[in-house]
Amino acid sequence: MSNTRPEQRPEAGPDGTEPYVRLERLTKKFGEFVAVDDVTLNIRRGEIFCLLGASGCGKTTLLRMLAGFEQPTSGSIRIDGVDVTALPPYERPVNMMFQSYALFPHMTVEQNVAFGLRQDRVPRAAIRTRVAAMLELVRMREFARRKPHQLSGGQRQRVALARSLVKQPKLLLLDEPLAALDKKLRQHTQFELINIQETLGVTFVVVTHDQEEAMTLATRIGVMNHGEIIQVGTPTDIYEYPNSRFVADFIGSVNLFEGRLIEDEPDYVRVAAPELGGVFHVGHGVSAAPGATVWVALRPEKIQISRTAPDGAGDNRVAGVVSEIAYLGDQSVYLVRLATGRQVRVTQPNIVRQSSAGRLTWDEPVWLSWEPGSPVVVTQ
Amino acid sequence: MGGRRSFFVVTMMAFGFAFLYVPILSMIVYSFNESRLVTVWAGFSTRWYAALLHNEQLLDAARLSLRIAVVNATGATLLGTLAGLALARFGQFRGRALLSGMVTAPLVMPEVITGLSLLLLFVALEQMIGWPAGRGVTTITIAHITFSMAYVAVVMQSRLAVLDESLEEAAMDLGARPVKVFFLITLPIVLPAVLAGWLLAFTLSWDDLVISSFVAGPGSSTLPIVVFSKVRLGVSPEVNALATILVLIVALGIVVAGVYLQRQERRRERDVQQALAARG
Repeated sequence: MSNTRPEQRPEAGPDGTEPYVRLERLTKKFGEFVAVDDVTLNIRRGEIFCLLGASGCGKTTLLRMLAGFEQPTSGSIRIDGVDVTALPPYERPVNMMFQSYALFPHMTVEQNVAFGLRQDRVPRAAIRTRVAAMLELVRMREFARRKPHQLSGGQRQRVALARSLVKQPKLLLLDEPLAALDKKLRQHTQFELINIQETLGVTFVVVTHDQEEAMTLATRIGVMNHGEIIQVGTPTDIYEYPNSRFVADFIGSVNLFEGRLIEDEPDYVRVAAPELGGVFHVGHGVSAAPGATVWVALRPEKIQISRTAPDGAGDNRVAGVVSEIAYLGDQSVYLVRLATGRQVRVTQPNIVRQSSAGRLTWDEPVWLSWEPGSPVVVTQ
Repeated sequence: MGGRRSFFVVTMMAFGFAFLYVPILSMIVYSFNESRLVTVWAGFSTRWYAALLHNEQLLDAARLSLRIAVVNATGATLLGTLAGLALARFGQFRGRALLSGMVTAPLVMPEVITGLSLLLLFVALEQMIGWPAGRGVTTITIAHITFSMAYVAVVMQSRLAVLDESLEEAAMDLGARPVKVFFLITLPIVLPAVLAGWLLAFTLSWDDLVISSFVAGPGSSTLPIVVFSKVRLGVSPEVNALATILVLIVALGIVVAGVYLQRQERRRERDVQQALAARG
């Protein structure tokens, strides 16, 4: 984190108080394998925090430690000021929605949702009202008497959500909550999940490998790799100001250029990139020594493509030849080969209905250009 | 070519079925034989069924076998379920490999060896601590539990292995302690396997001859022991009648179970259709 970024937010709570959930130096080893490596993380009350990473990056282990199914090798977990590190799952103010939903097959929807309240010996009448209210919230009231195998995937997902929310946990953990749904249903359910979270104000921690899901749901995202948290930030932070090549590459697609810092001013830097055959002029400062090796990340949608050379002169422009075109309907993807042989990925929204005339074609010479505010420099 | 092949298949099938069922059929037919001589047909009669009702020796043996089978099945199910649970759920504890091997050993051990070793054990125990006093119902029951428990353990282990562990985790997450999780979640879900294990143990005990012979004492002759000793003196028509009744009971059981399973399956299919229709 050596860059100076305009939207860098403090890690602690907004008013300087102790964060709602605090993971401190949490490590989990399975034999020699380090699944979670010295993770320190703060989660605020009422937010949807997404742990995002490829499979095997330790995000599920982290979630299972929050739930109490795995004991950390070292470190501590505090929830709302209480150290829960040594508490078993049945004594934690935390509930979990499982990836498989884990609905009890021998119980009806109603009994499934009531199960947690029964364990707490809530009076019968109170159980009935709370279960009914929760089923109403997830629009499953008419299915109260059904068994899980009589429900569709989307319905099961809503029952699992109701069951994990009915005890009003301080923290709700969701393990790949939408992975088992088909794409249309998933997009619809994402917004439903956000609505329910806003209605109840429960703090959510979501584990997902789907970056689109993380971007839609999350107030903040923690990107994980090899058991470590690489970057924590809002979806905008993560996408527009990645702190490393890994994050830039993992979220969305990106053109990465290795280069040398040739000019370092507080409000701009210039990076000579041999692969580009030109110079990047980037509109933010970097704390790195002049001459240092850095990487410039440039998103495909932030590049202008044109037949004629852009006005002005100098940096942030390069000539090339269109080598591949993919027409996706809403946008087109162009692969442009530069004089250095490097391919650059450019996407352009298809604002005007396309016809064969006037469209860029293969082997056509073009100019690529971008604004100083478009690329971002990462130092690791 | 195709005709010849189907002729071949049909013939083989006929032979197969004949091989399996002709002996049983002939036994059933001869159980209605009038004659005392099993091999000579002398007309239809149910007199051996009537005689069976008054044969106290056979009836006592049947009652004894039933009692041992029920006690054995219950004990073996209890122990076998615990062993299966330990193997499937307790992770890598010390001695797991040993337990796994020991539990399944009676499955592959020749019955003669199991019977002999148990007999030696009982004799040694009696000399050392005075229990069990002599051979009898107790020793037979213990011996049966020893080997049928292994079958139950294997059934339970394989059932629990495919049971989604997150069901138990979910129950714990919702506030149930481990013992409660077992009785409220695990046990109800695997109940069919428990019942299957019980029936398996019951059957194993009901028709066991070899091991029972080793550890039986005076006055503890189970049905297989009595039938076997009777047959050695020449097949009696009463035994045919008894066997026919047993075959009928088993056949009835299979038919009832088959019909029940088919109904379950149909209901399940209907439910799935309903769920798909009500999607959303």
